[in-house]
Amino acid sequence: MSDVLLPSAEMAYSTPDAQGFYGPYGGTFVPETVVPALQELAAGYQEAIEDAAFVQELLYLLRDYVGRPSPLYRADRLAREVGLGAVYLKREDLNHTGAHKVNNTIGQCLLAKRMGKNRVIAETGAGQHGVATATTAALLGLECAVFMGVEDIRRQALNVYKMRLLGAEVIPVAEGQGTLADAVTAALRHWVERVDDTFYVIGSALGPHPYPQMVRDFQSVIGSEILGQMEEKQIPQVDAVIACIGGGSNAIGTFYPFLRDVPAGKRPLLIGAEAAGLGLDTDRHGAALTKGSPGVLHGFYSYLLQDDSGNPLEAYSISAGLDYPGVGPEHSYLKDEGLVRYETVTDAEALEAFALLTRVEGIIPAIESSHALALLPRLAAEIGSDATVIVTVSGRGDKDMDIVREAGLGE
Amino acid sequence: MIELGVPYGDPLADGPVIAEAAAVARAGEGGFGLVHALQVAAAFIRDPGVDQAPPVVAMTYMNPVMRLGLAETADRMRDAGVAGLIIPDMPPEASAPWRAVSKGLDTVFLVAPTSTDERLAVVAAVSAGFVYCVSSMGVTGERESLAIGLAEQVARVKRHTDLPVAVGFGVGDAAQAAQVAAIADGVIVGSAIVRRQSDPVAVESFVRELAAAVRS
Repeated sequence: MSDVLLPSAEMAYSTPDAQGFYGPYGGTFVPETVVPALQELAAGYQEAIEDAAFVQELLYLLRDYVGRPSPLYRADRLAREVGLGAVYLKREDLNHTGAHKVNNTIGQCLLAKRMGKNRVIAETGAGQHGVATATTAALLGLECAVFMGVEDIRRQALNVYKMRLLGAEVIPVAEGQGTLADAVTAALRHWVERVDDTFYVIGSALGPHPYPQMVRDFQSVIGSEILGQMEEKQIPQVDAVIACIGGGSNAIGTFYPFLRDVPAGKRPLLIGAEAAGLGLDTDRHGAALTKGSPGVLHGFYSYLLQDDSGNPLEAYSISAGLDYPGVGPEHSYLKDEGLVRYETVTDAEALEAFALLTRVEGIIPAIESSHALALLPRLAAEIGSDATVIVTVSGRGDKDMDIVREAGLGE
Repeated sequence: MIELGVPYGDPLADGPVIAEAAAVARAGEGGFGLVHALQVAAAFIRDPGVDQAPPVVAMTYMNPVMRLGLAETADRMRDAGVAGLIIPDMPPEASAPWRAVSKGLDTVFLVAPTSTDERLAVVAAVSAGFVYCVSSMGVTGERESLAIGLAEQVARVKRHTDLPVAVGFGVGDAAQAAQVAAIADGVIVGSAIVRRQSDPVAVESFVRELAAAVRS
């Protein structure tokens, strides 16, 4: 059972090191006030995943509450449209609350409870992680506050309303651009003040150690299920696996089991799709890995969009879940090591992929996930029309109706 | 001693007054970052307008230092005559690369109310110049009253180090400064001065008031 979370001893791919580094990336760059809390968290997490009762409760909730395993669905009409042999969709959009985020919030909120913290806080961009945290807090009887930029509150009014219905307090963040990066900063600052009684539930595989590892481990249920489902469905060969990347949690959750359990020679091509926004030649994108340079933001070292003085730059994407100026540290390591390939997708390409999946499969994907889907036609041209590709559909598109309508889809 | 704050776009440990000041400084043409701050420090130290410049300690976050380069930052700081620096998001464990290139500069580390004895020993082992004792949970900025247990906290820090212990984060007026001076070796006042910066006369009279209070 614990093999879901615990790496095997003889594995070749082993991250992070004891200090939370992935090669040179990751680590802990935070004010001293929270260092003891992070050390306590790292120890508490290790204890929890070695405790069969904790793992059992987690797996129980993932199954009976979230609805796991999520299907690996063969999208034949989509495959024909994009010119590939087979396309399988990992349906994280079918999870309770509509995205992969809940895999992680259940893990972290169970951990909060186990560590005696009855109050959780979270940051949110599009609102998906906020809703997932508020949902899990309601389930487990925890007090919950969610930090959200004022611009995102405006763009995602429905999710704000949902969080309040679920009993969470939504705290508007007016600093900076009023988006995800500002919400992370506000949540971190608040955590520094309330570290005694508050657990910070970070929504992506980023932040100071042990967060990137913990979030990856909780999200690895995605990739582990895919490996099992490939066997079950007797899929002879998979040529590529694709996921979108903002902070990178659904991507690392998809890729990590492939890195850990599949020998390099047999491993499919792993591809992450970053947001190119209005184009890489503009300053309106969120492509930290492709266009950024290494630096420290929000407590960890990783590729980062930054200016000459080291200030983080504003990221942009049509999808509120991908407009983050940094990226989880393990992705930076995987990029440098050449273990994962990172490509970029513009707003326009993502919208096109969104429309295609909706029309030919009757599945409305999140605009974030549409970035991953947009790589399919490109890939067909590269690896051929017989190839088999798996795409993680990280969430559903209900939340994006206003955005796609504004963009003129369906007119 | 003068603590010179370097404007930064994501000041995790700073409250609204310093964050706002940083935003204003950066909004100017060409921005304003670590390089510019060190130029200001160099000009001041060269020509302080008094017989001898007080020691200048820069406070910056990790990323501007990394962006400029650790060795390059250290060189420029030494050239400017800066005495040391404070990097609030660089805990001791992450500091080895910086300490390896920063000979001749005092790197000041912070301790917090949450620091265990074990942490205090770790910080004391690497800090130089003084130990910065964060008096309250949270970010920089004035508080209505000093934290309960501050005297005890300072005493606990002092058991781990022979360096001077200076208290900051939340000291906002002369009365509080006098209280802190009675229990610690130094008092650090930031936001309360920055808040007055548009009025140099007010800054001067406030600093005189603080100085008188800590010497009384």
